[in-house]
Amino acid sequence: MATGLYGKAYRKIQDIKGPLIFLEPVKDVRYGERVTITDSLDHSKGGQVLDVGERAIVIQVFEGSDGLDKKGTAVFFTGDVVKLGLAEDMLGRVFDGSGHPADGLGDVYPEAELPINGSPLNPVARRQPFEWIQTGISAIDIMNTLVKGQKLPIFTGAGLPANRVAVQIARQVIRQSGEELIVVFAGMGITSREYSYFYREFQESGALANSVLFLNLADDPTIERILTPRLALTTAEYFAFTKGRDVLVILTDMLNYANALREISSAREEIPGRRGYPGYLYTDLATNYERAGIVKGQRGSITQLPIVTMPNDDITHPVIDLTGYITEGQIILARELDRKGYYPPINPLPSLSRLMNLGIGSDKTREDHKQLSDQLYALYAQGKDLEKLTAIIGSEGLGVAEKQIIDFTARFESEYINQGDQPRSLEESLALGWDLLSGVARGELRRVEDKYVDKYMPKRAAGAAGD
Amino acid sequence: MIQGHISRISGPVVQAKGLDGIKIRDLVEVGDLGLIGEVIEIKGDAVSVQVYEDTDGLKVGEPVKTDAKPFLVQLGPGLLGSIYDGIQRPLEIIREQTGSFIERGATGEPLPTTKPWHFVPAVKPGDTVGVGDIVGTVQEGPTIQHKILVPEGTAGRIASISEGDYTIAQPVARLESGDAIMMVQAWPIRQARRYAEKVATGIPLITGQRIFDTFFPVPKGGSAIIPGPFGSGKTVSQQALAKWSDATVVIYVGCGERGNEMTEVLTEFPHLEDPNTGAPLMNRTILIANTSNMPVAARETSIYTGITLAEYYRDMGYDVALFADSTSRWAEALREISGRLEEMPGEEGYPTYLASRIAEFYERSGRVVCLGKDRRQGSVTVIGAVSPPGGDFTEPVTQNSLRIAGAFWGLDARLAYSRHFPAINWLTSYTLYLDALKEWFTKEVAADFLDLRTEMVEILQREDELRKIVQLVGRESLSEPDKLLLDVARTIREDFLRQSAFHEVDAYCPSKKQYYMMRAILTFYHECQSRLGTMPYDQIAALPAWEELSKMRYIPNENFDGEFERLLQRLTAGAPEPAPAGARS
Repeated sequence: MATGLYGKAYRKIQDIKGPLIFLEPVKDVRYGERVTITDSLDHSKGGQVLDVGERAIVIQVFEGSDGLDKKGTAVFFTGDVVKLGLAEDMLGRVFDGSGHPADGLGDVYPEAELPINGSPLNPVARRQPFEWIQTGISAIDIMNTLVKGQKLPIFTGAGLPANRVAVQIARQVIRQSGEELIVVFAGMGITSREYSYFYREFQESGALANSVLFLNLADDPTIERILTPRLALTTAEYFAFTKGRDVLVILTDMLNYANALREISSAREEIPGRRGYPGYLYTDLATNYERAGIVKGQRGSITQLPIVTMPNDDITHPVIDLTGYITEGQIILARELDRKGYYPPINPLPSLSRLMNLGIGSDKTREDHKQLSDQLYALYAQGKDLEKLTAIIGSEGLGVAEKQIIDFTARFESEYINQGDQPRSLEESLALGWDLLSGVARGELRRVEDKYVDKYMPKRAAGAAGD
Repeated sequence: MIQGHISRISGPVVQAKGLDGIKIRDLVEVGDLGLIGEVIEIKGDAVSVQVYEDTDGLKVGEPVKTDAKPFLVQLGPGLLGSIYDGIQRPLEIIREQTGSFIERGATGEPLPTTKPWHFVPAVKPGDTVGVGDIVGTVQEGPTIQHKILVPEGTAGRIASISEGDYTIAQPVARLESGDAIMMVQAWPIRQARRYAEKVATGIPLITGQRIFDTFFPVPKGGSAIIPGPFGSGKTVSQQALAKWSDATVVIYVGCGERGNEMTEVLTEFPHLEDPNTGAPLMNRTILIANTSNMPVAARETSIYTGITLAEYYRDMGYDVALFADSTSRWAEALREISGRLEEMPGEEGYPTYLASRIAEFYERSGRVVCLGKDRRQGSVTVIGAVSPPGGDFTEPVTQNSLRIAGAFWGLDARLAYSRHFPAINWLTSYTLYLDALKEWFTKEVAADFLDLRTEMVEILQREDELRKIVQLVGRESLSEPDKLLLDVARTIREDFLRQSAFHEVDAYCPSKKQYYMMRAILTFYHECQSRLGTMPYDQIAALPAWEELSKMRYIPNENFDGEFERLLQRLTAGAPEPAPAGARS
């Protein structure tokens, strides 16, 4: 055994399988320890200990096991778990999926080093989220309000503009916060087209100066994707809880992350759960998603906006399903709206922000916000049912009230949801909502109290309601 | 003390060697940090341990120590108002020690060891006491008397006992045999606490939620499950139940769920008033918080910790409600650990013993005659949330829970989408307890309470059939009585079953008011039915009474009797004025 650049080299490799190396037992190896692996050409790769036993040590190679052999490969143990060096200077920088600078600007001098797995936040140390974040999108601000400290995923389908929505939100919240808020962006398995889109958008809008980007491309090693969200979240925790900043973390695409996890699981010959994903998928996703929130007595917050593609638009897919169970609601993009040319194609019906009520109301947004939102929901749900009915029996069978609701539904989609790239202020969104309601008879509006109708409904409502 | 060493580490499961004489379920301390774990398998000379904390950084060869005793929870005054993790570590104390993030190896005493409690004896020297007898009481919080019970394995004549201030570490009584009785006792969580006998349940758990109290009630000592896809309001429903139910003690187990949701409970409960006593809800509550990112093995343990605490208060003669959110996360923890043990999987990768574990858990609910001479009764009601993947109720956890639980409150994503909360589907849900509760409702609320309920259920059933017809041929082709039925069904759904957790009045609805609301709706329905011959349907549909019915739920919860009597009179009095022109034209 030779001692090289990285310390003592271990070369007794038993097997190499997928992204895993099985090494003969070594003394004093830690579970979760970070290792460096060199191949016969002295190229180095990063790795992590997945299993330590008396018979073998299993190492997962982040950059993949391509080019490794039993003879020329050496493993170096670092004696420590995987950590990330962190500094204020990371703002405005782009890193690859393993945390190396990818913008040619050189290394960051770390002010702190933290293990990338983090520690669970004590439930009693959490502060309940209380403040909303304005995204400028009516379907979010009014219908599914995003709250600081929340984790709200966007479920999208292949070909739907989730990235555009994500970038729009990032840009808008940075601007709205007066550049107080920063964005940590993690791309897992994104295409180079998406990469240049993100990079260009962040740069042109000036958002880059307030952002940290971690980008693992589609042709980068799959296994690296296991690291990428953890690096992003460790960075976010540093800025939020050491520097007291409000941080928005965008993770795209968590489906690629879960697929990387599945790859490792199958290489380890673990018993697969649904669709081949490991049984611990829930726990694993949760350890990432739960790294959002606000800590009592501290400034700063982490808000997460993970993007997950629904394969074949299937919302019951295990990754989507488990994400939905962990996160605090979901924003769902709909192909039907996208086909009509509406942007952002957010389908409000299955979308939900569980923390919405904490961030809205008279002292936060406006007193009528909740009732207006509930009413828009109820009417739109009713309208979609009526549309189905109309398709069968035609509109002749409908009463006046029903026709009004159908009209409401059409306007709701084409005007309210379909707002384009232009941000709307809270007042604009609320006013437009009331304007839509004014076309419907008062008797159908069961979710709004009279005092708000009197105060906020445009005056022509009186005629439409029929008194 | 037995000492061995780590021989393998794979996630939360660690293997150790050199632990001769150790038993399954014994507690061990793993590694230099002394991480807590439990023995789950013995294979040859190797012992598998599920570790309750993150195992990152552990090395082969680090020590493993044990006293060869199972995991015991501490039972005694000071439990109420506490917040524990799945292995009864007090989270507030851990926070003081290690800061906002939970460091590994952190420990703390579950009960305050130095706090004095004022003990009032209930027996005197010379009395003979046996297991379960009450030797005295201490006041735990403003509303609950903590009864000090003779622990398992202790019996005899009292030699000395006196009133005074004691800490939990000091004996409050001595027997002639020399045995001391302390205020604190320990119990292995996986073993159900003993009782004299199980008895029939006949008193409903009143929750103030109309869909539960009127439609699908559960008795004190019963069990219910709430399955539902994500976003259908499982946690909101559980929390509403935990807030408003009339149990004396509430135990809320946040098992593998969201941190922010736990925070919501932690933030709200201290400020909310117990509707029955007026004291802060937290005074009667114990929270067990093992969020999804906290170690999976402790999640598996959390529901046993919870139910043991519940049984302890039951044994004092109290009604206890335990909320487990979510049992699916617990089942997944079982699956995860089973996978690490490389056990042969059963359905969907769950271990084959899933069904028996679920049954064991729910069977710890019930109304019992407690041990002890006074034959006092206590109950544990278990309400378990289930999170079926993809909302598919055919999956193993839902199905195995259904076989055991006495009530099924099925959540419906479609209702949640249209913001109908609580989003409990009134057609698929059921309760098996109606017969058991009939006597109580008849006596305590109204003789015709269950009849009215049955009529409402039938109307909704009929509505479902009619809606299918409407889907095909449109509403206009229905007969007038059917149209009227649809209107009434809508009123039942929107104005009776729907309930706002955020409205100051509507959040809690007393049983009597629920009864009045039912009666008002059905009285008006019958009135309209009888008028159908003489009055056109369109006029009936436009009667202002419909709107009045929709506002019933906001009638204040105090002194509503008069208000409802007047309402009932108005609903049946003579011909009402015709509708304002144009409303339905």
